[in-house]
Amino acid sequence: MKTHITFQNKLIVKKIGAPRKKIPHDIKKKTMLALTGGEAAAMAMKQVNPDVAAVYPITPQTPIMAAFSNYWADGAVNTEMIHVESEHSAMSACVGASAAGARVMTATASVGLALMFEILPVASGTRLPIVMNIANRALSAPINIHCDYSDTMATRDQGWIQIYSENAQEVYENTLLAVKLAESINLPAMVCQDGFLTSHSIENIIVYPDDIIRKFLGTRKPYRPLLDVKNPVTYGPLQLQNYYFETKKQVEDAMNKAKKEYLIVGKSLKKITGTDYEYFESYFLEDAEYAIITMSSTAGTTKVVVDKLRAQGKKVGLLKIKLYRPFVYEEYGKALIHLKGIAVLDRSLTIGAECPIYTDIKSTLFNMYVNAKKKFEIPKLQSYTYGLGGRDIFESDIESVFEELEKGKLSNEKKYIGLR
Amino acid sequence: MNSELKSHKKMEPGGLTEPASSLKNKTGSWRSMRPKWDAKKCVHCMFCAVYCPDNCILAKKGKRTETDLNYCKGCGICANVCPVNAIKMVKEHEGGKK
Amino acid sequence: MNNPDNTISIVIHGRGGQGAKTAAMLLAEVAISLGRYAQAFPEYGPERSGAPVKAYIRISDKAIRTHQPIINPDIVIIIDDSLLDFISVTDGIKPDSTIVINTNNSEVTKKKLKLPKGFFGKIAVVNATAIALERIGANKSNTATLAATLKVMDFIKFNEFQQEAKSILIHKLGKEKTDQNMLAIKDAFEEVKVI
Repeated sequence: MKTHITFQNKLIVKKIGAPRKKIPHDIKKKTMLALTGGEAAAMAMKQVNPDVAAVYPITPQTPIMAAFSNYWADGAVNTEMIHVESEHSAMSACVGASAAGARVMTATASVGLALMFEILPVASGTRLPIVMNIANRALSAPINIHCDYSDTMATRDQGWIQIYSENAQEVYENTLLAVKLAESINLPAMVCQDGFLTSHSIENIIVYPDDIIRKFLGTRKPYRPLLDVKNPVTYGPLQLQNYYFETKKQVEDAMNKAKKEYLIVGKSLKKITGTDYEYFESYFLEDAEYAIITMSSTAGTTKVVVDKLRAQGKKVGLLKIKLYRPFVYEEYGKALIHLKGIAVLDRSLTIGAECPIYTDIKSTLFNMYVNAKKKFEIPKLQSYTYGLGGRDIFESDIESVFEELEKGKLSNEKKYIGLR
Repeated sequence: MNSELKSHKKMEPGGLTEPASSLKNKTGSWRSMRPKWDAKKCVHCMFCAVYCPDNCILAKKGKRTETDLNYCKGCGICANVCPVNAIKMVKEHEGGKK
Repeated sequence: MNNPDNTISIVIHGRGGQGAKTAAMLLAEVAISLGRYAQAFPEYGPERSGAPVKAYIRISDKAIRTHQPIINPDIVIIIDDSLLDFISVTDGIKPDSTIVINTNNSEVTKKKLKLPKGFFGKIAVVNATAIALERIGANKSNTATLAATLKVMDFIKFNEFQQEAKSILIHKLGKEKTDQNMLAIKDAFEEVKVI
């Protein structure tokens, strides 16, 4: 029996002090602002106005919650902010609040995400639509505060939706999309951006009016929330060998349902922003011979190189991954089978095995080939590891990758970009 | 215990179950010793009620009531702490030595 | 300078705590407020006061998609001339790039710059530290050095910069500090010299 519990009380904005920066509290019309990726995430959070945000700081996520705290301090949101003692506690508090029926958001990075690891499958197993912003940062040891995807890649199996953002605009829009998507299938979601490269980089960003975004978001309609005391329920039971398997299958089914729901929520958001929310972005891919597959800010740099090489008559393209979990194998396959050569650029290691995105793409091509009615020439695939610990990747590096693809010097042996 | 095992498509998501389901599990059923309470000796100090690990000794109007034998496992702590020896542990079943 | 989409790339060198990053963010905000596209991001080494810090800014007529660090800057701004003894600030500069330095001894400074062969760009000097000490009462020479740059390379109209910078700074610093910074900006704009 479902019930509604209205949490989001009428918003009364009290201007206690002047805003810290030239960032308005109230967005009344479509506006172009100068925001960092972190501030963009905070702006999205402001418009979501979650009931609860349990947070613990960590570089490079801290600016997200610092900017959100400004809104909170000035009364622009009526979020209950819980300042906890660790990321493990942050996610635990989020799980409790979400089970109670609240709309919950948080943010973390790197070792903070690693510390919360125990609770990540608790959130997905208990079917709680928590939305978390991640500023991707390398895991220790050695200690490194700069960008790579070892943190979120390590958690890709735990039943959280994962969306990667190229720039501040995408962070803002993906966060709003994630809130609705998570609630449509009752699974938690991570919205990822590059630590420092996006999170601390000021860019142009268009933000949309508060009221229109709030109308898009609606309110959460929780399933059997704890605070519905007239219909009590037990959360977080023990399930023995005879039940656990089925509950986990339900999580898988929900994640699979996310594939369709992502497009539906995206269509709804497109009515406001005009952007297409697809699983991945195809940049000059349709008629390309050689393509690079990558994510986040590296994709931006790659676009510049694609433009340069296309001007020289080379048929190159880019596939930029946006929705990474669930992984839509078939869709990727359809977009890639016509290519002669593909370079997959992974910014993380799977130590002892092949890189994460490379592995998923390889499976995609295998699936396509085995199930194809008409056999085709499988594109050659080359794995690259780049940018660990924030090692810069340059346009010249990307050009070299396209050159290697053209020369056909591809194999199962992984290559490294920028490694001494 | 619930014996009808449903398909994953019909089960409640997230492992959600009815509240207070532990009440259905009558843990007193495997007791081998049981407490015998002498109401005349009892001074209603509530030591036994406070120490009972299963919350089986309740009070009404400031006075101790009978042990709830549905959940009492016969651990003997109540008899151990009673300052006036009002509780004695006796065998649950006949047969065998004391 | 013939850059596609009128893209201009700037590197600011400073020490941690001197406001190199803040200057970059300010410039990007001003550019965006004036309807252009901009991108500004810092490059940190160890995060401590006094450590060399670089900040990158790109300003363009079209959306900026690349995220690589700036290798061939059109403008190099040096907020602290003591850096010249420790790091090379002229790596990757173009023959026609502009260099703007906050210094009180232009002769010595010019000698320290490792200019590539064939360099014919402008070198501008301003004693932003002295201006900052006089107007702001502290060695916060980032805004002054920035203003000096706009005299030498007018990729943003100075009066528009003044207007936007004022409205941005007032939220950050309050009226008193903003007025002091605006005076420092005006002084630097007038005093900067091309050598």
